[in-house]
Amino acid sequence: MSYQIEEQKVFNSGHSACPGCSEALAIRFILNTLGPDTIAVVPPSCIAIISGPQPLSSMRIPVYQSTLESSAASAAGIKRALTAQGNDHTTVVAIAGDGGTYDIGFQSLSSAAERGEDIIYICLDNEGYMNTGSQKSSATPSLAYTTSTPAGKGTPKKNMAEIMAAHDIPYLATATTGYPEDLARKVAKAQRLTGGLRFIVALVPCLDGWGIPDSAGPKVSRLAVESGVFPLYEVENGVNYTLNFGPKDVPVADYTALQKRYRHLTAKDQEFLQKEVDGNWARLAKKF
Amino acid sequence: MSAQGKRLLLNGNHAVSYAVKLAAPRVIPVYPITPQTPILEKITDFLADGEMDAEVMTMESEHSAMAAAITASLAGVRVFTATASQGLLLMHEMLHYASGARAPIVMANVNRTLGSPWGFWPDQTDSLAQRDVGWIQYYCENGQESHDTTLLAFRVAEQAMLPAMVIHEAFYVSHALEAVELVSPEQAASYLPPFAPLHRLDPLIGESWGNTVSQQMFQDHRRDLGEAMEGVAALAKAADRELEALVGRGYGIVEQYRCDGAELVIATMGSMTGTARDAVDELRSEGVAVGLLKVKLFRPFPATDVRELLAGVPKVMVLDRNFAPGTGGFLFQELKSALYGMRGAPPIHGYLAGVGGTSISPAAIKELARGALAEEPSANSVWKG
Ligand SMILES: Cc1ncc(C[n+]2csc(CCOP(=O)(O)OP(=O)(O)O)c2C)c(N)n1
Ligand code: SF4
Ligand SMILES: [Mg+2]
Repeated sequence: MSYQIEEQKVFNSGHSACPGCSEALAIRFILNTLGPDTIAVVPPSCIAIISGPQPLSSMRIPVYQSTLESSAASAAGIKRALTAQGNDHTTVVAIAGDGGTYDIGFQSLSSAAERGEDIIYICLDNEGYMNTGSQKSSATPSLAYTTSTPAGKGTPKKNMAEIMAAHDIPYLATATTGYPEDLARKVAKAQRLTGGLRFIVALVPCLDGWGIPDSAGPKVSRLAVESGVFPLYEVENGVNYTLNFGPKDVPVADYTALQKRYRHLTAKDQEFLQKEVDGNWARLAKKF
Repeated sequence: MSAQGKRLLLNGNHAVSYAVKLAAPRVIPVYPITPQTPILEKITDFLADGEMDAEVMTMESEHSAMAAAITASLAGVRVFTATASQGLLLMHEMLHYASGARAPIVMANVNRTLGSPWGFWPDQTDSLAQRDVGWIQYYCENGQESHDTTLLAFRVAEQAMLPAMVIHEAFYVSHALEAVELVSPEQAASYLPPFAPLHRLDPLIGESWGNTVSQQMFQDHRRDLGEAMEGVAALAKAADRELEALVGRGYGIVEQYRCDGAELVIATMGSMTGTARDAVDELRSEGVAVGLLKVKLFRPFPATDVRELLAGVPKVMVLDRNFAPGTGGFLFQELKSALYGMRGAPPIHGYLAGVGGTSISPAAIKELARGALAEEPSANSVWKG
């Protein structure tokens, strides 16, 4: 990919993320791509912490911190008020965690998508409730340790991209911080394709929650794609699927080996995960 | 005085809708619930007919409706919504959020019983259970009052930068037809200036809202909120006087009716006031010295006014069409606390009457008044039908 990221200085250094946090990296590419004519909605999450305590802000744009379950409705309210005032240029983006998207905020998101709200919704998916101490969310994958699933999660990750595709929205994409140009390009495309809700789910490895070293975020992110755990693709209008980066025959075990949340896995568990990933890929591959 | 408004035969809900049309909110998030739905239906009719211009958001829940109402308000436009009962309770988290954000949203609430079990009946417990969320609360007796109060509420809310609820009861008011004299568009335009908040979400201004604050900042914010709420009584009185000067109808924040020399004052809110007024007239004609105190503004509670009006009154009887298990009637609680420590404060009978929407006739109120005159009040609310 030869997409040139054009960073505008909207997201600043000196924020309070854990050093090496992929969520902060994602925010950098998102906001610096969207530019200064943007209003962000951020629900409780590590993203809210990163955006900074009053009176400080890491974001040089208006940020509205919503309640955990209402990011999509809150973003839509802002957009409609701008429209009512004749403002057709300001981008309104909700940036929410997986808990705030897959679980408690899902109802509000689904409805905003159905209503065709002219907003961008980006889920920074670190596969758990990290801000509250790494509890399970419905984005947590099979067998992963969280503080509320100490023996490993017994059910698979919810397939949010496909659920959103079923809403027939103008644009949805999966992305991850190990592929920054791809992420930034998708954000720019989402900004361009107005006229409905655009959704991006970006996998963002969490140092603490996943049990990885400070420097490992980008590597783990790339392995997630290369092993087929998290293929990168786009869907326009719910039907036009494009694969950007698919699996590269890397075993899932290479991906899990770097993460303490999987250190309890037996050989049988590994086999189970590999099968699950292969099955998911086989199902998705048919759509391209 | 500008041209008078039209007189129409309207139910209480539609009386609110006509006032909303005059206030011309630009964003209206909606979610249906009986018996509120006709308010929003009438508004969407106005929009379809081109008589109004607003962004209507057909939300998936009242929670999201209030979430969108808050941000639309913070983005700088006038916002209206309506709800009732379960819907109001689903909003609870967002009601606090709205007042914390100082978003002057106006919302109509139609009082309806709360499940479980299910019911559709007039009962004020839904909104009274939201008395501590930082919203202004107005209780209305009939459609005319709801029409006028909706405009009052926009004006006061935007002056105080606090959200306001306009409240009337299911069916007795919401669906009862009566002649309503509308405020005319010219009158409304002179009464309600355009909403132009100093602070708003706008990239050109660059202000944010909701970020984590320190303990001291949080406390300061709560104090500011409290001060704004305390200022509402004076703003509400002024707004009421100006409306009266303009359209010839005023209500006060509390109303005193035939209280001269009263041996007993009946205190109540909402539609019960109309019934109590009849009972007072009949008792007076029978030589029993009884008066009426109507509490229209419930939040902030007009404690100073209530103290003045009840000073020297020998006895008070509260009629509560609402009930909190463990503490009884809400108005009873509030009046007791308002009068506590006042020299010569009257003893208060707290009667639960009409809870669940049961019908209370003028005759029943007369009975209760005669009983109250003869008995010593008990410390707690007493069930009376
Ligand atoms: C209604 C409500 N319930 C619970 C919480 C507590 N809470 C705050 S942040 C958070 C975790 C959110 O997780 P996620 O959305 O995945 O974001 P992350 O912290 O992982 O970035 C929770 C549960 C809340 N703020 N509001
Ligand atoms: S806990 Fe995880 S997601 Fe949160 S700031 Fe730290 S690394 Fe980032
Ligand atoms: Mg998370």
